[in-house]
Formats: sequence, C-alpha cells, structure tokens
Amino acid sequence: MGQLSGPTDPTVDAHWEHNHPRQGFFTDTSICIGCKACEVACKEWNHNPRDGNLELLGSSYDNTGALGASTWRHVAFVEQGQERIAEARESGRALVNLGMPRIGPPSEPDPLDLSEVDTTPPDTPDFRWLMSSDVCKHCTHAGCLDVCPTGALFRTEFGTVVVQDDVCNGCGTCVAGCPFGVIERRSDGTAAVAAQREEQHAEHPAVPNVGVAQKCTLCYDRLLTDETPACAKACPTTSIKFGDHEDMVQTARERVAELHAKGLTEARLYGANELDGVGGTGSVFLLLDEPEVYGLPPDPRVPTADLPRMYRRAGVAVAGMLAAAAVAFLGGRA
Amino acid sequence: MVPEPEFTSYYGRPVVKPAPWGDDVAIYLFLGGVAGGSALLGLGGQLTGRPTLCRNARLSALTAVSLGAVALVKDLGRPERFLNMLRTFKVTSPMSVGSWILSAFSAGTAVSAVAEIDRLSGMRLPLGPLRTVLQAAEGPAGIEAALFAGPLAAYTAVLLGDTATPTWNAGHEELPFVFVSSAALASAGLAMITTPVAEAAPARKLAALGVVGDVVAMRVMERRMDPVAAEPLHEGKAGAMLKWSERLAVAGGLGALLGGRNRVVAAVSGLALLGASALTRFGVFEAGLESAKDPRYTIEPQKKRLAARRAAGIVDDAITTAK
Repeated sequence: MGQLSGPTDPTVDAHWEHNHPRQGFFTDTSICIGCKACEVACKEWNHNPRDGNLELLGSSYDNTGALGASTWRHVAFVEQGQERIAEARESGRALVNLGMPRIGPPSEPDPLDLSEVDTTPPDTPDFRWLMSSDVCKHCTHAGCLDVCPTGALFRTEFGTVVVQDDVCNGCGTCVAGCPFGVIERRSDGTAAVAAQREEQHAEHPAVPNVGVAQKCTLCYDRLLTDETPACAKACPTTSIKFGDHEDMVQTARERVAELHAKGLTEARLYGANELDGVGGTGSVFLLLDEPEVYGLPPDPRVPTADLPRMYRRAGVAVAGMLAAAAVAFLGGRA
Repeated sequence: MVPEPEFTSYYGRPVVKPAPWGDDVAIYLFLGGVAGGSALLGLGGQLTGRPTLCRNARLSALTAVSLGAVALVKDLGRPERFLNMLRTFKVTSPMSVGSWILSAFSAGTAVSAVAEIDRLSGMRLPLGPLRTVLQAAEGPAGIEAALFAGPLAAYTAVLLGDTATPTWNAGHEELPFVFVSSAALASAGLAMITTPVAEAAPARKLAALGVVGDVVAMRVMERRMDPVAAEPLHEGKAGAMLKWSERLAVAGGLGALLGGRNRVVAAVSGLALLGASALTRFGVFEAGLESAKDPRYTIEPQKKRLAARRAAGIVDDAITTAK
C-alpha cells in the first residue's frame, strides 16, 4: 500500500518496476473551440455506446450532459455576460495575489502584485463562451482505485487509473468514491428509446460491459503502442495536449503566465498542485473561471485520505459496543 | 471572518455521482447491525448461562446475516460477484474489508446457530459423527462470531464515510458511533421480542444504552458536520425518517426500561427499536444519495473550507492555482 495523501509518484507507489514517466493531459480551455471532436474520437476508439436519448438539454451547445460510464470526454459550454466575466477576472486576480505578504501599512507596489495594475485587456468582450473538455483526472490519490474491493481498478505503469472490465463486480463503491463524479456503473447505453426510433436502434450493437464501472483509460491500449490518446490526437486546436505529466504541468504553468501577462487574470490552473486534496491530478486544466462554473469541485479531497482516522473511530465505536454489551450482562439477573 | 461563499454550478448538475445502490444496501446496513448485535447477545447468553437468550440471539444473528447477504448479492446482481471480492484483501477498501468481516462473522454464526437448530430439532439433523465436532465447536464459534460482530456493525459506517458523497463524508467521524448504537438497540429489541422477560434483562439494558448512544451520536454528528452538508438529514423523506427514528428509539428505550418486564410491553418496545434502527439506516442512506444529487452540497462546503483555510493563512493546498 502506498501513501493515502500528499505528494507522491503514484507509479512507484503501486510498485511498478519500470521507469515509465507518468503520462497525462493538459487541457487548455482557453483555446477550446467546442467542436467535440474529442468526444467523438473517444467514443469511436473505445467503442462506447451512446448516452441518453438524443435530447436537447437546454445547456448551450452541451447536449452530452456530464462524464459517465459511456462518456469519457465531455465538452462543457458556459455562456457568460460582462458581469460574470469581470467576476472571473477578479477571482483569478485574487488567486494571483494569494499569499502575498500583507503585513503593516500598504507598501511599495510589488512588481508581481497585479492588484493595482490596470490589466484590462484591449478587447474585453461583453459576452463569452467558455468551452472546456472534461475528462477523468487520473488522480495521484484516486478515490475510485482506493475503495475498489476487487482490484479491478489498478494503477498502470503510466501512472493512470484503469478498470479491468472482467474483474469488476459492479459493486459501485468507486462511483461514490470519486470526488469528481467521473466513474460510473454502465447500465445500458440506449435506454428509453423513443418509439419512432425503435427500428433504427434495433440495429445498434449490444452494449458491452453492462453493469460494471467504466471511465477514461487515458487510452491505455494506445499508450502501450506509443500512440497519443484518441481525444488528444483528434483535437484540432491542441487544446488537449498529451505527454509526460511533468511536461504537461510545465506547459500549463507557462501558458497561464503568458495569459496573465496579457492581462487575462481569469486564467488559472486546476490540478497542477501536488499539495491539493488528491495529490495533484494526472489531467491538468487551464480554466477561465472558478472550477464549479465548469462543474468541477472547488476543493476536492480524496475520501481515503481520512480512512486511517475513520478506521480508528470505528475501532473506538466497536470497543464502545463491546463495553455496552458487557455492562448489559453485568450485575446478574435483573 | 470567513466570507460567505457564493454558489454557482454547471446548469445545476451534480458534481459527484451518487452510489448506484438501491434499498437492498440500506436493508443490508440494518440487517448487518441486527446480526452483529445479536451475536454479542448470543455470546453474553452463552457465557452467563441464559440458554434461551443465547439460542434466540444466535438464530437471530444467522437469520439477519443470511438475509443481509441475500440483499447484498441482489444489489450486485449475481452471487459470484460477491466471491469476486474474496480474491483479494484491500485495506484501503472498506468494501473489501467488510466482505471479509461478513464472511468471518457468518462462519462462526452459522456453526453456533446450526448447533442450536440441531438441539431444537431434537438432534435430528443428519450430522452423524459431526455432531460431536459441532457441539465442541459451537462455544468457540460463538466467541469468533462475537469478535467480528462489532466490526460488522461498524464497517458500514466507514464504507459510507469513505466516499465523496457530501453528507456521508461529512459525518465520517461520528457515523460509526451512530451505527454501532443502532445495531445494539435493534438487536436488543429483537431479543426482547423473541426471549421471555426472565432472560431478557441484558437485552433491556443494552437497548437503553443503545438508545442513549444513538441519540447522542446522531446529535453530535449533526452539530459537527458542515451545516449545509447536514441539511439532507433534516429535509424530505430522509429527514422524516430520521425524526421518526429518534422518536421510536426513545419510546422503545423507555418502554424497555420502564415496562420491559411485561411481555407485551417488551415486544412492542422491541418492535419500536427495530423500526428505529431501520429508519436510521434508511434515513442516513437516503440523505447521502440526496446530497450527491444536488451540486450545492458538494460546492458550498468545499468553498467554505477552502476559504477558511485561506483565512487561516494556508494558501498552498488548493487545487486551483495561479501558477
């Protein structure tokens, strides 16, 4: 058993003896155009059945909904007006200034302190679309993997987290264990089909892996042959980048600094901090607003980080129960 | 002063996913508790010379754990899927630990209960020479089952606490105390129904202790949880179930203490206690599922704790960073 929290190399933790560098994504949402090529490529390559019933969800151009058992890339669309853009810029600026020393009276402006600088970019739009391709985070401390009772979920030599369909028993514990709501038990891909589409759907192939947990494998099969994952390969704007995790984090840091220098203080990284609640994520994102705007948790924490404490508390509770039973039998026959 | 967090979400869609568990799992939480508590009562009866209490508690334990296992397997879909969990032992997985606890508990419970069934049937089970073995093993088996009884009652609390489901996770410190108390009062209630009052005194005491533990642990849990994450415990169906659970527990506990020497009062109080425990399990279970369906329960407590850490000067552990 490796560490349950804090910075670590998950591949080493999982006792892999190879020296593959950890692989990961960097999804730069500032250049995402919402084309959904990643969603399509992912479905095609992984033979994932359709989710839902081709309904319009009334959420801008997002009719996919969310990540799930059969949707391993999900492009979020958010429409924002001027007010919300200003708020995003402000919350990003606060993040830049976070931790800057503030002792004593206001001092000389710090060259890195952007709070007083006029950083209004020349072309502030009064409307914007946020588009972001979400994916499994392949956490350093993966809640799903930790709680899996069968060993179906495992850490690959690339540091990613993958389900073995033939080992999974469909218990569903991982679904509740994921702080990002990524992994899901597959029911079946084509439930509740409208009557007039019946014939069309009769031709659909049988849904594979019904009843077992499914999620992004970071195209494990492709990685084994040195191929780029399908989504990154298909992305026309290089919004989805793939490579060594270290390089991805480096690229992300350079990109966010570049955007800040242009006055786009709303840009921020998500998952690039190994001190966060999941030990950093394998999939790093550059976001242009608070994470919850994209449906991401603002302060995720892998539940297993607290597991030793939970076991201790349960131990005390068990001792209490035994004590209560002992007391109940003491004192002879009442 | 921590600023009030604002709440935004992605079209109101949930951030985390609820466990895909049906009522079978809630039933298992309840029956596992009943089984665990009954095994303890069985051992108590065994060690203090209360043969009727011992017999009834052992049979109750076997019945409850068998029905519980059926509920569990029903949720998994196929029996071999349970066996799939016994391929490995993973201490980081409360489900894995629990499957071993359940197996170990069932072994001892089955041996001690079969010995009782054999005696009840006038030694008519076709055991042959195995009868001697069974009779020699039933005492140690009762002890073995009792060893795993507490863990059986408590591990399900860890199973729920060790999830990203907001209400369960927020209660992870106290949930084990709620669950063992609930197990104690339920099994005591069942013994008060099955066992004549002359031998049921320990059950009455255990019931009273269980009720006190249950009410106190639940209150402490609710107070220590993030208030937003605690909301589902008070609202809707879950809220109603938990409210009635407390009422039934208190009524059953008082009944056991004040009128437990009357067979009818004892049985009615026992029923109330069983009902209270079932409602506790269903209420906590349901509240958690509800909390996973509304993004507010995930986002608000997280924003609040992040802001609190920042206000305390801890600024290096957020998932969102400027560089």
